[in-house]
Amino acid sequence: MYQCIFIHDEGFMQPNDLDRIAQQIRLRDLQAVFEAGAGHIGGEMSAIDILAALYFRVLRIWPDQPKHPDRDRFVLSKGHVALALYVTLAKRGFIPEEEVATFLKPHSRLNGHPNCNKVPGVETNTGPLGHGLPVAVGMAKAAKLTGAAYRTYVLTGDGEMQEGSNWEAIASAAQFGLDNLTLVIDHNRFQQGASLKDTNNLAPFPAKLEAFGWDVTEINGNAMDEIVPALEKRGSRPHCIVAHTNKGHGISFMQDKVDWHHKVPSAEQYQIAVAELSEAL
Amino acid sequence: MNAITPSAKLHDCRDAFVAVLERLGADNPKIVAVCNDSVGSSKLGGFKARWPERLVNVGIAEQALVGVGAGLANGGLLPFVCGAACFLTGRSLEQIKADIAYSNANVKLIGISSGMAYGELGPTHHSIEDFAWTRVLPNLPVVAPCDSIETAAAVEWAASYDGPVFLRLSRVGVPDLLPTGHIFELGKANLLRDGDAITLIANGTITHRMVKAAAILAEQGIEARVLNMATVRPIDVAAVVAAARDTGAILTAEEHSTFGGLGSAIAEVVVAEAPVPMKILGVPGIFAPTGSAEFLLDEFGMAPAAIAETAIALIARKSSRT
Repeated sequence: MYQCIFIHDEGFMQPNDLDRIAQQIRLRDLQAVFEAGAGHIGGEMSAIDILAALYFRVLRIWPDQPKHPDRDRFVLSKGHVALALYVTLAKRGFIPEEEVATFLKPHSRLNGHPNCNKVPGVETNTGPLGHGLPVAVGMAKAAKLTGAAYRTYVLTGDGEMQEGSNWEAIASAAQFGLDNLTLVIDHNRFQQGASLKDTNNLAPFPAKLEAFGWDVTEINGNAMDEIVPALEKRGSRPHCIVAHTNKGHGISFMQDKVDWHHKVPSAEQYQIAVAELSEAL
Repeated sequence: MNAITPSAKLHDCRDAFVAVLERLGADNPKIVAVCNDSVGSSKLGGFKARWPERLVNVGIAEQALVGVGAGLANGGLLPFVCGAACFLTGRSLEQIKADIAYSNANVKLIGISSGMAYGELGPTHHSIEDFAWTRVLPNLPVVAPCDSIETAAAVEWAASYDGPVFLRLSRVGVPDLLPTGHIFELGKANLLRDGDAITLIANGTITHRMVKAAAILAEQGIEARVLNMATVRPIDVAAVVAAARDTGAILTAEEHSTFGGLGSAIAEVVVAEAPVPMKILGVPGIFAPTGSAEFLLDEFGMAPAAIAETAIALIARKSSRT
């Protein structure tokens, strides 16, 4: 018998603790982007609070048993923020913390988009947008067919919702009655080249999801006391959390600036960002 | 060896596919069928009647079809994802690349009505690019069985193989060629007739045409080797090299474009390992005109008599090289 160790046994982490962890992840992510000279820092900063809540409170997972059949599934559909996932997985014990320093280096298993055959804790390979949600629908459907108790969570970008494949999957999830599926849309209002509003504005999202037969919760996706209850909400239909976030959240000069989709901070900017994030710790 | 004689009766290979799927499904509750409103064309009606909950129909949504298949595999099931080959591969190619092949999802992709099977429906419904599209992907075996016996054997193999597979089936009736009890081996060609004048290589619905062409050649005193090469990837390098060295010329034919398919895969081996005169028969890089599958295959030079004529011309090129 293997020993199951998960945070639930140690008592639920509270929003204050999760905030601290999220800030630590932000700091490590920033450092890794600066050192690698690449990354998608804006969308990483917007999503990190959600990742921290998932990995340090909500997900039922065993880092030493990454393929445990009863594990909750998490799919990072916005695969370009892989670094934020790597830092989170490292902090949670799936991969060594020091390995984050290999991000994007030759032959590192931590490339720009997560690889499930190399990185423990990654469930499926993402990168091209609009792939994670259909796969997550399959995971949730499998649980229904086998009677498994695990839940499936998937995080997409808001611009990513422009991919038609997502709407195929949204319809299927409702048709299959997947009350064990939670979609979180990281609604930071910016895609690579411009704002959603100026590109292909799908917002507001809630009425569209509701029309497909989903339950929808709107939250401040950078406020832990709103993220946790939304992720833990249970209902009778697939659940979409429209998480209103800020691109570059936590670093003042990046906030809500489209340039910071994948810009790398200068040495001077890096020092300012480190100071701001450290202060929040 | 004794030459293979095609059976008189023609078989729809979909019947062999679903017969094995249902037999395996009875013992293995993890087997699920996934389809895109294609219950009828995939002949999944029997499977659905027996296990309605294990038939996952995503509707007319091929990207979700393949993505959902990958997710079902992640959840511990063994999905057979069935759809018309033209849509399954063309519409969902990126899902096949990222969600299935690159993610190493244990999903069996079943491309139904491949090649020119939907002949009269026109080029939108012809699946004559799928070898090219799928065989460039790492980690994805590509298999086109030649008859109902090989189809049954390949489905049985696919279910036991731990990893993704693309299995390409037709709806056009073909005679049985391989012996009852045949066991499918990935990447291994089957010798259907031996000879030293030339080697004829095909798969899928074309193999029986090659066997008939070899019989025509034999009547003229020309002994051709015939290989059934169901596996397009990984290609049987040893069989191709032996064919080149033993017979000095290779003629391939396929229900696919002449660009990028079985003939191309064989040519890649021939030029690198054992250059000999070679010709690739197939759909010659055009959108095909209206006609039934059988008509179009004949139209593109794959009637047995036409194959034999092409073989004779190719054999003549052997002597002109020296």
